[in-house]
Amino acid sequence: MDTTVVKTSAENKRWGGGTEPLKTSYGKMMMWFFITSDALTFAGFLAAYGFSRFKFADSWPIADNVFTHVPFIHGNYPMIFVAFMTFILIMSSVTMVLAVDAGHHMKKAKVTIYMFLTIIGGLVFLSSQAYEWSTFIKGTYGAVATEGGNILHIMDADGNQVALKDFAIAQGSDRERHESRTGLWFTSESTLPSYTFEEVLDGFKANPNLVVRTTYTGEDGHKTTLSRSESLRELETKGKNVVEGANLRQNEYGAPLFANYFFFITGFHGFHVSIGIMLNIIIFFNVLIGTYERRGSYEMVEKVGLYWHFVDLVWVFVFTFFYLV
Amino acid sequence: MSTHAVDIHAHDDDHGHHHKETFVTKYIFSQDHKMIAKQYLITGTLMGIIGVLMSIMFRIQIAWPEEPNVLFEALLGKWAPGGVMDADIYLALVTIHGTIMVFFVLTAGLSGTFSNLLIPLQIGARDMASGFLNMVSYWLFFLSSIIMLISLFVEAGPAAAGWTIYPPLSALPMAQGGSGMGMTLWLISMAIFIASSLLGSLNYIVTVINMRTKGMSMTRLPLTIWAFFVTAIIGVVSFPVLFAAALLLIMDRSFGTSFFLSDIFIQGEVLHYQGGSPVLFEHLFWFLGHPEVYIVILPAMGLVSEIMASNARKPIFGYRAMVASILAIAFLSTIVWGHHMFVSGMNPFLGSVFTFTTLLIAIPSAVKAFNWITTLWKGNLQMNPAMLFSIGFVSTFITGGLTGIILGDSALDINVHDTYFVIAHFHLVMGISAIYGMFAGVYHWYPKMFGRMLNKNLGYIHFWVTAICAYGVFFPMHFIGMAGLPRRYYTNSAFPLFDDLADVNIVITIFAIIGGIVQIVYLYNFFSSMFMGAKAVQNPWRSTTLEWTTPVKHIHGNWPGAIPHVYRWSYDYSKPGHDDDFVPQNVPLKEGEEELQH
Repeated sequence: MDTTVVKTSAENKRWGGGTEPLKTSYGKMMMWFFITSDALTFAGFLAAYGFSRFKFADSWPIADNVFTHVPFIHGNYPMIFVAFMTFILIMSSVTMVLAVDAGHHMKKAKVTIYMFLTIIGGLVFLSSQAYEWSTFIKGTYGAVATEGGNILHIMDADGNQVALKDFAIAQGSDRERHESRTGLWFTSESTLPSYTFEEVLDGFKANPNLVVRTTYTGEDGHKTTLSRSESLRELETKGKNVVEGANLRQNEYGAPLFANYFFFITGFHGFHVSIGIMLNIIIFFNVLIGTYERRGSYEMVEKVGLYWHFVDLVWVFVFTFFYLV
Repeated sequence: MSTHAVDIHAHDDDHGHHHKETFVTKYIFSQDHKMIAKQYLITGTLMGIIGVLMSIMFRIQIAWPEEPNVLFEALLGKWAPGGVMDADIYLALVTIHGTIMVFFVLTAGLSGTFSNLLIPLQIGARDMASGFLNMVSYWLFFLSSIIMLISLFVEAGPAAAGWTIYPPLSALPMAQGGSGMGMTLWLISMAIFIASSLLGSLNYIVTVINMRTKGMSMTRLPLTIWAFFVTAIIGVVSFPVLFAAALLLIMDRSFGTSFFLSDIFIQGEVLHYQGGSPVLFEHLFWFLGHPEVYIVILPAMGLVSEIMASNARKPIFGYRAMVASILAIAFLSTIVWGHHMFVSGMNPFLGSVFTFTTLLIAIPSAVKAFNWITTLWKGNLQMNPAMLFSIGFVSTFITGGLTGIILGDSALDINVHDTYFVIAHFHLVMGISAIYGMFAGVYHWYPKMFGRMLNKNLGYIHFWVTAICAYGVFFPMHFIGMAGLPRRYYTNSAFPLFDDLADVNIVITIFAIIGGIVQIVYLYNFFSSMFMGAKAVQNPWRSTTLEWTTPVKHIHGNWPGAIPHVYRWSYDYSKPGHDDDFVPQNVPLKEGEEELQH
């Protein structure tokens, strides 16, 4: 031991240079570069979304027709609920900023409260997302898919969309759902729609005031509605099957790719939110038991805060791409 | 208080460290950057052996198609009934060869080894910013290597859609044998590889920004560090896009989405996919794929710059131009991906835009090539194996770069797209060049890694035979490519048009076999010198950079005492007014001496 040199505490630090560049710790900088990287992943998804949407620019579903549900209220309220979700998420970013700021001033009680509020905000957002998904999966009115992959919505004379159950004539089909035991190549099929195509067609013929709306967007920015005779011809010659709700294979609101991207990108974002909530909970308990108080620095709160703000920012882009434009 | 500080960080030359280190923490789950560098190098080397063996096997198949071969029968088993190679396994070998060489050898093996070894040593840091993440990064790489190797033993065969895994071959599990479990394992392996690369890159970037020693300004950094730094940034920016593409592909494969698939019939039955686009995948893939070739070549460029200046005993020519061209290449690399897709049905106008951006890369590349040549000009050249491989690098980089101008031009590319001309181009410009850079780095820094010298004469044999064989393999490919021979065909015997090229293919294969065999000389040299090589002195190449101020025997924290401060740039070779022809960076300026304006 006597050969060793006793050094000053400054030399014992890893950083042997003068002033640290950028005046930040390596951990915070790593978080920034990680965020850069993650942002590029989302950029990849959103660029792919743009690519596909541009390909189907004339038949992409209009968000106002798709996301119209508000919990506990019956009716058509486009965009209301998602605006609420977005507001909640942005508010959780605000509480996060307040938590970081309280951390800078070493105010443990305030950090605790604001972290708690942030976690609540995140959970509310995730539950709202779950509601949004469930209504999208269940669908609203039902539609008819054609051979060419087009989706036909049924409209009444006033231009309101009509649910299939309101006019289809049930005939009690004996068609049973294939299970893996009975299905082709031992595969089971997805749940059968409530009505067969024939039942819908019969009901349509019996109601002379019904027409069909296609997924093609006209000059006026609305989807094109066909005349009664065109509608009948379209249904009779091209109609294939009934679509109810949306999943990864079909989508009653229009292009299946819309549902593919919606589920995937909001799902991937939701996954990020879940990770963020878990991190927030860990940090919350660490604050509670005083880890950072003893460490003399609330930098961990700041690092997790960076991630949380990033997740919020990504939502702003996802929201813009899926709901606004 | 002071005794406590001594216990934690003091070192002395004999013991190296006070931490109790078990075999496991020292050699396996090590958090020391020097040990992690060696782990990367050895894993990369083993993967390289496998990749080269595969290439020799499919070269034999191309040269003598449908002739029974005992080697095939022994190694491929049911894939070579009676010793005749099956078409499926040929495609699989080509695919896995490409994947292993590009990602596992030239990305992780090259960048992982030398970034880890040199960044802390050359900037004057005790270790990486996070030793733990560094260790995780290596072990994720190891895991992904193992999964990639496991995929070779899957019943239906490994992935066989080419290393670019274009859909639908990769998106439909029933498309071909390798599209099932083989492709699944490929995707899992790559996802883990991307995580490993991300953790590594974050560490490299943050270490370079935040942990340089006093006086080590960005303009005094060795070019190696500049290259590793920019490479890591490109990795952080481009790999996540491949990750995005891989996730979408997994959705298509397993969950029935149609991102990359549209209107597909299999055996007369129409599948439900609707509206997707395989070209979308190509865009996403090549947004990584093109920067990836610069991830491969930039570290090699950095190593070569350093080795050339050291062995020419001259300052590197045009230091600032070298840095600027690295940055320019990095920026341009992200806006040229479309030149891989000229014949994919992309809009021809877009093709001309990508032609323009692609040809722009010739400018910074030429700046670098001329600067290397002018560094050599009138130098006091020390011809050791590292220097030979560096000069070889410049040679193959220029040869391959020139054909890049042809391929980057959409009008000219159409004639040679997907022919052996392309194979010749990218193997010379990024494959052989990057491997030369890696060899040069190993010959130069071996004494730093293992404390012993490599055998020079074996090094000379290794270099000259490799150099001749590399050109012997890839130069004729330009001609058979221009004659129209397409790449990835398992045999050309069905086309009378190509009969005349059969002899050329045999010559190429003979060179490939000799070039493969001579690597045994290198491997013998590498592994035997670890134990039997001559003991290295502290600064065997009389270089200026900081890594040669550390003791030969590795210690935790790199320097036994305080970290040296830096007073000059890293290329003070043959500076007038000094006795030696090199002045290390940690030597203060003399009275009245000025730092070179570089």
